[in-house]
Amino acid sequence: MNIHEYQAKQLFKQYDIPTLHGKVVDSPTQAVTAAKELGTDAPWVVKAQIHAGGRGKGGGVKLAKSYDEVESYAKDIMSKPLVTHQTGPEGKQVHKLLIEEGCAIDKEFYLACVLDRATSSVVVMASTEGGVEIETVAEETPEKIFKVHVDPAVGFVPYQARTLAFGLGLEKDLHKPFTALIKNLIKLFLEKDCSLAEINPLVLTKDSSIIALDGKINFDGNALYRHPDIKELHDPTEEDARDLEAAKWGLNYVGLDGNIGCMVNGAGLAMATMDSIKAHGGEPANFLDVGGGASQEMVSKAFQLILSDSNVKGILVNIFGGIVKCDVLAQGILDGLKGIELHVPLVVRLEGTNVDKGREILEKSDIKVISAIGMKEAAEKAVAAAKGAL
Amino acid sequence: MSILVNKQSNIIVQGITGANGSFHTEQCLAYGTHIVAGVTPGKGGQTEHGVPVYNTVHEACMKHKVDATMIYVPAAFAADAIFEAIDAEIPLIITITEGIPVLDMAKVKKALDNSNSRMIGPNCPGIITPEEAKLGIMPGYIHKKGNVGVVSRSGTLTYEGVYQLTTLGLGQTTCVGIGGDPIPGSNFTDIIELFHQDDETQAILMMGEIGGSAEEEAAEFIKRVVKKPVFGFIAGATAPPGRTMGHAGAIISGGKGTAEAKKEVMRSCGITVVDSPAEMGATIANALK
Repeated sequence: MNIHEYQAKQLFKQYDIPTLHGKVVDSPTQAVTAAKELGTDAPWVVKAQIHAGGRGKGGGVKLAKSYDEVESYAKDIMSKPLVTHQTGPEGKQVHKLLIEEGCAIDKEFYLACVLDRATSSVVVMASTEGGVEIETVAEETPEKIFKVHVDPAVGFVPYQARTLAFGLGLEKDLHKPFTALIKNLIKLFLEKDCSLAEINPLVLTKDSSIIALDGKINFDGNALYRHPDIKELHDPTEEDARDLEAAKWGLNYVGLDGNIGCMVNGAGLAMATMDSIKAHGGEPANFLDVGGGASQEMVSKAFQLILSDSNVKGILVNIFGGIVKCDVLAQGILDGLKGIELHVPLVVRLEGTNVDKGREILEKSDIKVISAIGMKEAAEKAVAAAKGAL
Repeated sequence: MSILVNKQSNIIVQGITGANGSFHTEQCLAYGTHIVAGVTPGKGGQTEHGVPVYNTVHEACMKHKVDATMIYVPAAFAADAIFEAIDAEIPLIITITEGIPVLDMAKVKKALDNSNSRMIGPNCPGIITPEEAKLGIMPGYIHKKGNVGVVSRSGTLTYEGVYQLTTLGLGQTTCVGIGGDPIPGSNFTDIIELFHQDDETQAILMMGEIGGSAEEEAAEFIKRVVKKPVFGFIAGATAPPGRTMGHAGAIISGGKGTAEAKKEVMRSCGITVVDSPAEMGATIANALK
């Protein structure tokens, strides 16, 4: 789960990680009031609050030198969808702004905690190249990234912060606040079950303070059950309506650009089915895993989701019945289609437990089902059907 | 021979009285798996499908010789159950549970590294040695005894691969689902090493997917050590970057972990890479003719 910058900074405050004074607003008028209430001199920074990265380059972060500028930038940012390299060409509507005091920057750094799969530990990364994308730094100048691994069972050990401080070339008197900041960031990461906690940039101001100028935190969805406070930070307006609907029904759905809707049980088989469509010259419209224990209701919702995508010109259902039997699944498909007008061809490939009974149920039904044997035939037929050739 | 489990293996089930644990205990018993005990805290003294239930893993291990445990405990309590199994020094732990917080798994992994236990999973279908023992949720009947070792990060995709093999008359020594989580107890290399040492395994099918680098590491190991023919498939060639594809571990991040990159490393290490998931069985059948 992702959260906004202003929410990340509230968590930073809770963990004594220094941030600038700021206020969250939902309108340009409020933006001016907020700037006045901050009680600091110009400039102020007007920052669009959306989950996507690249806000600065997309025009979502502006430096205002007067209250009038605060208002005009706020109006400008909120008036149209903000397009960044992560939003897609349609952009994202900005509903909230963060108004922050300005600061005189001396140096910019990168700092992040992220889970490292290979070592089963939390890796803390720091770089002298702050404010730019870390992937680019990793590609072009990997020697400028310093890493230490934190064992989650042991937690933070001070030498690790020292290693990073020396790597970044920090003056001796900055080591203490820097170590404290890293210690607190790791504490936040471990206590709140983060999968990423990133400060980019972490700045050294001209008056020698270290401050988190930006903040990005992702959380492990599997751990949200033990963090009701974090769960509340979820902003549904940030998500695709279909993704939200899918999540509500326990379906795993990812929308794509193609025209063949897919419904599969199991994530690996779902990906393999998409690959198979592609291999036969088609393009999948989505990833959709109905899971191992798909109920009739879930199957029905899955069909509605697929059909709500107007690009879909054909549907491929690929089910490998294991513990869930094919006849039950076939009945689920038919019941799921009750009350839904099927305006595109439907190809079904069933295999596994009770497959004969399952196929018989589909054949005897009123719904026109193109049945396929094996994954190859299924993909071929789905691609042909979507082209109107079946 | 086979790897990890056979007809003689004595198995316990943690979470045996829960809906999943109970259902799959019954299925595994029907397959012929030798389940000697179950554990559910507070339900000691009961029986489940004729299997005695104990309050703690230690108690079960005192009363029975235990070679492996199957864990069906809900995600919030699964790490605790695994620690209990590690503490009881059970050699093989199969964790079926899906949705365990990744930081819990990071701690479990450290404990496993310093223990006498090997773990398969979590978030996996389990393992099966056809016609001998089934420790998991896979449909037993699609499997057939034979000489192909199967290892996979997926559930139903594993069934697909196995089904293709069985349909073509190719049986399996053992099929291992290592699971789709970012931090698995065992990775491809661990299992492939066992297949490498197993006399009966004549060929290996590995089914991977996008995300992480376990497939690449296994490929390097295969190049260095394994002389048996290895066949590989990677799911997720069409997956967009930055999105989790159902499995928590299946995500392309920072341009890393793409299907194409994995396939290329695998090819360069001498693995026969199958591009179409529909052709896994046929490719192996042709090569072994």
